[in-house]
Amino acid sequence: MPRPAPQPGESQQVIDAEIAAHHRAAHAAAASGAPVPAHPPRDFAPYRSTRLRHPTHELVRADPEEIELVSPAFGHTDVAAEEADLTIQHAGEPLGERIILTGRVLDGDGRPVRNQLVEIWQANASGRYVHKRDQHPAPLDPNFTGVGRMITGDDGSYRLTTIKPGAYPWKNHRNAWRPAHIHFSFFGSAFTQRLITQMYFPGDPLFALDPIYQSISDQRARDRLVATYDHDVSEPEWALGYRWDVVLTGPKSTWMEPEDADHA
Amino acid sequence: MPEPLPMPDEALLQTPAQTVGPFFGYALPYSGGPTVRAPWQPDAIRLHGTVFDGGGDPIPDAIVEIWGADAAGRPSTERGVLDRDQHGFSGFGRAAVDRDGLYAFTTIKPGATRAGLAPYLLVTVFARGVLHHLFTRAYFDDEAAANGADPLLSSVDPARRHTLVAVSDAPASYRFDIRLQGEGETVFLDFGLEGRHEGMQR
Ligand SMILES: [Fe+2]
Repeated sequence: MPRPAPQPGESQQVIDAEIAAHHRAAHAAAASGAPVPAHPPRDFAPYRSTRLRHPTHELVRADPEEIELVSPAFGHTDVAAEEADLTIQHAGEPLGERIILTGRVLDGDGRPVRNQLVEIWQANASGRYVHKRDQHPAPLDPNFTGVGRMITGDDGSYRLTTIKPGAYPWKNHRNAWRPAHIHFSFFGSAFTQRLITQMYFPGDPLFALDPIYQSISDQRARDRLVATYDHDVSEPEWALGYRWDVVLTGPKSTWMEPEDADHA
Repeated sequence: MPEPLPMPDEALLQTPAQTVGPFFGYALPYSGGPTVRAPWQPDAIRLHGTVFDGGGDPIPDAIVEIWGADAAGRPSTERGVLDRDQHGFSGFGRAAVDRDGLYAFTTIKPGATRAGLAPYLLVTVFARGVLHHLFTRAYFDDEAAANGADPLLSSVDPARRHTLVAVSDAPASYRFDIRLQGEGETVFLDFGLEGRHEGMQR
């Protein structure tokens, strides 16, 4: 694998200082009583790609209508059970550390988000995506695509088998590396609960350096993106287990499903 | 001593968003995603446009979702959203933009979801560089009377209102460009979840 020439770019120290300034400002705002949002601000300069891609106008407050308080009727017919196992999609087994990842999708009142679609995508154990624009000079794995889909159960649970993805470099600044993560897409019971996010692994030394993870100013909110090692999920002689629960808060639904809605 | 403020249950706080990143192209798009209604259906319409950044350049790595009511203004409850029946209508569509930032859906023009509202499609935008998705609505320019009475449209600065209205550009075709920033910036919507309070900071 040819090693690319080092790219010029700003240093990690410059990015670190900008992240610290953002966090100081958020903490000062919180100290004076402002709410601490869970979501990252869209205008977050340490993540350079936000510069021309964040709105400058304040968002306009809208009352959700009925259509926004329901979600598409995903169902088990949409997804095959094998799609939840990313290690069986090819003739051979992928390289890497086999893991089982499970958790529940809940709403802000603790109710399970049932029968909803969960989609994931990730790099392989070497930190390489199958995506054609990924230029990280790390090997592709012919036995790993890195895409999975599931439908949540009646208790809001999901469960998947995959391999632990590797960290990978990106070009935000010089020597920029993303902590290992799995991309997740969720639908709530209301469309306003739609969420795309990333799940991380505990103890990653890259957390402090990553402007995407650090775009969330509240440490406790950042912690909510980190899975927990769970020995009860680990399976002997087979795979390590992680648990990650997800909460999709949203406006309360007042719309009642018609009697014949479940005509699967 | 005053009672401490009740803290929300830590286990039930909103999970934060993160960017969709650049590498969703082999994962999120699916066959039939842009075809919410088969194009040969007599009621099919096209909704298409370009996603632009604040420099006026098309964004080549955005993905757009639409979600809309049926012709009677009701949410579809048909099962099989991903594996779609060609004769059906599920209301949900997903289209990645192409290298020139273009997206296109075929769907139907929804009915108004209740009296006094203009018909619209909910539009969600994800992209590299967008840390938290953006919601907007695409109303239709051939619904002038209904649009004029619509409470959301009426609440928007008149100078920016047009950014929420898809423009009829051919029979059964509407153009809805999305500008994330700058001149003609699209009006994006907050359904009351943006500033969701998350308790005290450490
Ligand atoms: Fe990634």
